[in-house]
Amino acid sequence: MTLAIRHTWFMVGRQLRNLMREPIWIALLLVQPMVWLLLYGQLFKRVTHLPGGGFGTTSYITFLAPAIVIMNAFFGATWSGMAMISDLDRDVLPRFLATPVSRVSLVVSQIVRSALIAVIQGVIILFVSLALGVSIHAGLLGWVIVLAGAGLMNSAFAGLSQGIALLVRKEATMIAIANFIGLPLFFLSSTLISIRQIPHWMQEAAKFNPVNWGVIAAREVVLPSTDWSSVGLHLALLFALSVATAAFATWTFRAYQRTI
Amino acid sequence: MDAITVDGLKKHYGDVQALDGVSFAVRAGEVFGLLGPNGAGKSTTVKVLATLTKPDGGRAEVAGRDVVGEPNAVRHSIGYVPQSSGVDRDATGRENLMLQGRIQGMSGRALEARVGELLELLGLTGAADRVVRGYSGGMKRRLDVGLGLVHRPQVLFLDEPTTGLDPEARTSMWDELERLAEGESLTILLTTHYMEEADELADRLAIVSRGRVVVEGTPEELKQSLRGEAVEVELSDGRAGDAEAIVLALDGVHEASIEGRKLRSRVASGARAIPSILSALEAQGIAVEAVTTHRPSLDDVYLHYTGREFAAEDEAGRLGDSGGNGRR
Repeated sequence: MTLAIRHTWFMVGRQLRNLMREPIWIALLLVQPMVWLLLYGQLFKRVTHLPGGGFGTTSYITFLAPAIVIMNAFFGATWSGMAMISDLDRDVLPRFLATPVSRVSLVVSQIVRSALIAVIQGVIILFVSLALGVSIHAGLLGWVIVLAGAGLMNSAFAGLSQGIALLVRKEATMIAIANFIGLPLFFLSSTLISIRQIPHWMQEAAKFNPVNWGVIAAREVVLPSTDWSSVGLHLALLFALSVATAAFATWTFRAYQRTI
Repeated sequence: MDAITVDGLKKHYGDVQALDGVSFAVRAGEVFGLLGPNGAGKSTTVKVLATLTKPDGGRAEVAGRDVVGEPNAVRHSIGYVPQSSGVDRDATGRENLMLQGRIQGMSGRALEARVGELLELLGLTGAADRVVRGYSGGMKRRLDVGLGLVHRPQVLFLDEPTTGLDPEARTSMWDELERLAEGESLTILLTTHYMEEADELADRLAIVSRGRVVVEGTPEELKQSLRGEAVEVELSDGRAGDAEAIVLALDGVHEASIEGRKLRSRVASGARAIPSILSALEAQGIAVEAVTTHRPSLDDVYLHYTGREFAAEDEAGRLGDSGGNGRR
């Protein structure tokens, strides 16, 4: 176990070092959430006045900001399998497999790397939000919860993305699947609008949508009158999903090994 | 003592029988070559020995440990240099080597010193802190070898170490490998489909064809096992069948075979046989285009033991690449 953790750390270190060599990527990856926050947030700022309400605040940007942190973590996760495909394409994995490296660490390190980046981006998005006048009602604990939500949101889908990458082993297929999963789950959530404002069937579907779990947990701590049991429940659900998808990714890794 | 023993290995991928009972043994400290065309099963053999894949049947031991029973013990004592470079191209040469050492359980000063030593040995000191993406093919290949050597393994597997390198880089790689074999007191198993490479590097070799070892020995033994020299006669036109029979009947001709318009024969002495071959053919009215003679090469050895021409087999293996060779 300690060996697996140490090896995971080495492998995460490898990936972060490579990323830091081109930090422009972190900035580029932030362009999209900034567009949502700055442009979309302004465009629809009056949406909170809709009859029926349910926003819990009159400031749309306050409503939107925690959800954008989650959205960013989610979309980042759907792409995280690309790094695995790149390692497969370049035969980096067979080289590692002929060493005593922990097999689990090869998969888990990809998920950890992906989640860490989502948390770092989350911090940046939250700082920008503060500058835009958003206040996090639950204070420091609220920060921790939003960022934990981002990490869990990401790892839940990063596990899935790694698993799919190991099964399809082709970039083009991977891109198609990421789009196929990403947009529907994004729109079937309360990311952009209060759950009370969307059609009934979508409300029902959203209950089973992990993206919505993350949005609820993050938003609860930003808005006043936080429902802590809801926060706990939805984070626990994301954690359980993360464990399940990590197990799935590990299983697909064994399937990949059998094809060598 | 044997560093590697392989006994009756079998492995199939789908319908393709990649290994069909491969057996050989490699003595500690020697450079052993697996020579064969594309698709013969060399890479699959190495993958089994490097614990990447499990055989369907047979057994193999590396450094005294069973590859299926104790894979982790084997992994500690081997270095594996895959056919296609497995370096992380976005990291520097030094970072690649450091990471490889760490997952082999090395750390601190000892690891840093070893990495420095290897960079020096492989002539990569100047490029050590540059990202691998900018390396030449030869440099990248040398780094691959370094990755296999960081933890001072007892056995090094080199899968097609010079494929894809230009002739100059290949020759310098050969020098490099020869020095390593001496300096690091290693057992090296290398696969190659270059005859000259096996000839140049291997103390002993096994010729592999269609998932089996056809013959095993030193390059010299193998060549000497084909008595005498090869004489190749190119006929101007048909009647090849007659020509074969005519030449076979001559004194001092051990064997003869025809392929298209080429008549290949093996003779005790080229200088003495050529005139009699030519006059015998002429007497029967068979015109000759050209005659060449050469001492036996490993090409001839391959032809002799498999009845098939190496180049043609190699090409076929490349086209129908399905035997676990290369990317799957």
